Amino acid sequence: MNADVPLLSVTGLEVSFASRRDTVRAVRGVSFEIGRGQIVAIVGESGSGKSVTARSLVGLAGDNASVRADTLTFDGADLREFSAARWRALRGSRIGFVLQDALGSLDPLRHIGSEIAEPLREHRTVPARSVPGEVLRLLAEVGVPEPDRRARQYSHELSGGLRQRALIASAIAAGPELLIADEPTTALDVTVQRHVLEVLRDRTRDGTAMLLISHDLAVVSELADHVYVMKDGRFVEDGPTRMVLDAPRHPYTRALLAAVPVPGVRALRRPERLAQAGTVLEAKELHKTYRLPGRARLTAADGVSFAVRAGETLGIVGESGSGKTTVGRMLMGLLEPDSGKVEVDGRPWTALRGAGRRAARRRIQMIYQDPLSSLDPRYTARQLLEEPLQVTRTPAAERRRRVAELLDYVGLSADLLGRRARELSGGQRQRLAIARALAGEPDVIVCDEPVSALDVSVQAQVLEVLNRVQARLGVAYVFISHHLGVIYQISDRVVVMNKGEVVESGDVEKVFTAPEHPYTKSLLAAVPRISPEAETIPG
Amino acid sequence: MAGVLTVPAPRDRRAGRLARLLGTRIAASVVVLWAAVTAVFFLLRLMPGNTVDVLLARSQVSPQVRAQVIAAYRLDGSVGTQYLAYLGRVLTGDLGESYVLREPVATAIGQQLPDSLALLAATMVITVVASVVLAILGASRRPWVRSSFTAVESLASSVPPFWLGLLLLTVFSFTLHWFPAIGSGGLPGLVLPSIALAASAVAVVTRVLREGLLHALEEPFVVTARARGTGELAVRFRHVLRHALLPVTTILGWMAGSLIGGAVIVEIVFSRAGIGRLTLSAVQNRDMPVVTGVVLLAAVIFVVVNILVDVLNWIVDPRTRG
Amino acid sequence: MTDTELAVPRPRRTTGGTAFWIGVAFLVLLAAAVVFPALFTRIDPNAADLLSTLRPPSAAHWLGTDQNGRDIFARIVYGARPSLVIGLGATVLALAGGIVLGTAAAQLGRAGDQVISRVLDVLLSVPGLLLVFLVVAVLGIGSANATIGLALVGLPGFARVVRAEVIRVRGAHYVEAALGLGWRRFTVIVRHLVPNAVGPIFALATVGLGSMIVASSSLSFVGLGPQPPTAEWGAMLSGSRDYLVLAWWPAVFPGLAITLAVLAFTVAGQHLQRRIDRRSR
Repeated sequence: MNADVPLLSVTGLEVSFASRRDTVRAVRGVSFEIGRGQIVAIVGESGSGKSVTARSLVGLAGDNASVRADTLTFDGADLREFSAARWRALRGSRIGFVLQDALGSLDPLRHIGSEIAEPLREHRTVPARSVPGEVLRLLAEVGVPEPDRRARQYSHELSGGLRQRALIASAIAAGPELLIADEPTTALDVTVQRHVLEVLRDRTRDGTAMLLISHDLAVVSELADHVYVMKDGRFVEDGPTRMVLDAPRHPYTRALLAAVPVPGVRALRRPERLAQAGTVLEAKELHKTYRLPGRARLTAADGVSFAVRAGETLGIVGESGSGKTTVGRMLMGLLEPDSGKVEVDGRPWTALRGAGRRAARRRIQMIYQDPLSSLDPRYTARQLLEEPLQVTRTPAAERRRRVAELLDYVGLSADLLGRRARELSGGQRQRLAIARALAGEPDVIVCDEPVSALDVSVQAQVLEVLNRVQARLGVAYVFISHHLGVIYQISDRVVVMNKGEVVESGDVEKVFTAPEHPYTKSLLAAVPRISPEAETIPG
Repeated sequence: MAGVLTVPAPRDRRAGRLARLLGTRIAASVVVLWAAVTAVFFLLRLMPGNTVDVLLARSQVSPQVRAQVIAAYRLDGSVGTQYLAYLGRVLTGDLGESYVLREPVATAIGQQLPDSLALLAATMVITVVASVVLAILGASRRPWVRSSFTAVESLASSVPPFWLGLLLLTVFSFTLHWFPAIGSGGLPGLVLPSIALAASAVAVVTRVLREGLLHALEEPFVVTARARGTGELAVRFRHVLRHALLPVTTILGWMAGSLIGGAVIVEIVFSRAGIGRLTLSAVQNRDMPVVTGVVLLAAVIFVVVNILVDVLNWIVDPRTRG
Repeated sequence: MTDTELAVPRPRRTTGGTAFWIGVAFLVLLAAAVVFPALFTRIDPNAADLLSTLRPPSAAHWLGTDQNGRDIFARIVYGARPSLVIGLGATVLALAGGIVLGTAAAQLGRAGDQVISRVLDVLLSVPGLLLVFLVVAVLGIGSANATIGLALVGLPGFARVVRAEVIRVRGAHYVEAALGLGWRRFTVIVRHLVPNAVGPIFALATVGLGSMIVASSSLSFVGLGPQPPTAEWGAMLSGSRDYLVLAWWPAVFPGLAITLAVLAFTVAGQHLQRRIDRRSR
């Protein structure tokens, strides 16, 4: 081991993918170093080339990738000259790799224990007979309870957090000097994310270096010493994490930072609320229980009540499984509650039939997390926007005028009218979905995780669109999200849900600054923050 | 929501789960077979003429035999009595008597069955070996490999087995004289018929297995396994092959059915003894006891194969053990 | 506001590749032969000439003659109709039955679904050709009965796919969203449900047509289809079997016709499937 050279050194890395038609240059000349025991992060949005960069470091950029670099050394050894056998000897034993999506990254047909044992056996790290014991030790080390039982389970039998820990265990099994983690916490709830970040931080205490790949600046700020900001295959900025976050130099970094929704910091100027707004939608004591295979029951809603007033945004926040989506579907009248009722303008869904129900439906629209699924794949944007107007028999000339108006509300260009949803970008699709929801001039739009699948910069744009539309048209939103920062940005009042129950509700400023319920407090405490005092994470 | 609801499955309960799976599958299969027997019973009554004539296939028999048939099937009783009598006979394995062949149906089938089973067994061996080898050879993303495999697979699955049989006979029996043209004649006589029968099955299984391999090779867990330093061979055998087998298990049941049907035709092309010729002549003579006997036997085989496929799936894929 | 996000490039219109267009061209030729066989040849397919039996391919007889001295090319052309009509009829019947049963299973609730699924299981439990044998034994030998038998063989597969498609599309968010716009349920079914469910089923039927043609020619080969002297491809091959030692052409060309027809349907069907897959992903 050379103590004086950096552990990993990369200059002028270029990766391109050749297909029959064209060549995509995913990485366009990046240079960086990782010292021993250092935590380095690469931050960028989807398509920036950050994952490809990570994979190139272990020689797994892909069959059709061509990787070039001026230098590419690990502990002084030139990786460019590595044979397949030398790569294999390096992977898993000296460089550990944690891929995003733990469900797909652990072989679903094999026990967790066999997956963790694989690098141990492959690199003969420990004698064959002590492999089982070592597997249990590793599971315990990453904080998996009952390692004995878990080792004999399959990945689909574990929760998301445990699965991610098991994946980390398999990556660190052979004691690598460098751990590469690609979006290690992306699909996790905030409280689980907090635990996984602690596990990663613990790993680096004993001198393991780490390369963290993420789209989430807040996650990065908690762990990394040095951060690189990546856009379109290049690094636009880098520096010590605090410096980059406190004094970003490149406009892209500044835009990225501004776009991160943080609880307690208002990026959006909320429209003034009407003083005497009437109630447009009300949930009264909603109960809903699902029967699951094997006699188990899941209580998705347990006495949920709230009212939505005209022109306001009511945020519903909760982790996965809290029942927030079920409540949203009951509001829409798509799901019948077991007991309790939803009232539209003072009349319950159950009392509405036929034409009356259809008229009530038009008053409440919905937008979904995945806009693609809610837009008929055969329809063009124009057809999609005209459809709600056809329901009300709007004449053709009027329809054209309204379509233009709707496009203007959501900031879409008329050039896109001939395209189908599949041919639009994620942000454009969601804007189209918003425009369609607005077409019938509804009183309320139920938004179910509408920005969760989008990059932060696009997320900010869509939130801005929603905000502006509300100011112009006075439509009320029920905004469902697991993301506390997003909820804080857009909501006037907020309802916090846990396991089917409303644990706390009230004005958003009050709930976020002075939470009363312990669950709300723990949720807020778990949110990664970009703020000067967040030097280290507790524990 | 699934994340919080995972129920741990200790190992000692797995045997119980398998027993329960088997129990429900067997019960469902019994219902299906009972429904098949019932359907056959009513089909026989639907045929023109009275049921005695149907069962006798209009062959000339003495009044005593006629009386025997009426007594055996309770044809003088009500529909209910007749149905129960028929069900009882089938349950005890008595498929009736062929009055065309003048022997019990079970005996006639029993004599022909070994030849058919030999053909099916040879075909299965060829199918498994050839498709695994071809799929592994062809599991490449290179465009020309992929498109040429796809083309050959499409062609091979489009060739009717009986025509392939004729072509093989023309070339290898009548022109080259390598294999016998007619009759069973042990192993040499099996080669051409089993190739003719296996060709389209090989094409279909190869395609499913090959696409399965290609698909599995792209899965994130393969990247993870490689990132652990696992060698390419180990990646393929330890991780990828099992995943590629999953879609194959789902078409095994279908394949069993199509091979049994195809065997009938191929036996006729090659003038082989076997169930095929027995069935065809029974259909031509409207010898219903034989036809229904063969149909019910095939249904039993098919149902058993499907239970085995379910068990196989249970073993290969832990996610189905819910 | 500026749109900083890159739009997804419009996918190129799929040209379908040469294989697809060759397949389609062949299917057009076949359709012409089914409707106007006289366009392709002036020779009478049933004119026996005992002075020129089993003649090899020549200028007078492009594909040679059979054991009765009949022109093989003419018989293949005129054979298109009887050879394809059974498979086509069986597919149409199976599709109609499958749509009725599949939709019923999807819409009639648990009990209805269970009953229909068990009925389909019973049909599936008898291997394809044996089921046709049973039907022919009961109803008698002939084209119509062979068609009915084959339709019963194809029906369960279609019914299952229709059931799965109806359930898939019914649960789609765009159907939900259309109801939310205030359409009547019937309008939503006509506007969104049927058009999105029909594609995969149509593609499957096209591929299925290929195997139906193989099955129907197998039936005629063993003498359970159209009866002589009808020029049918499977039946022509059956006749050639006894003269294999003397002549290869009667055994080759009708089989080639079957294979090419099946291949054309398979290629076209798979192309449709791929196109629909790409659209719905």
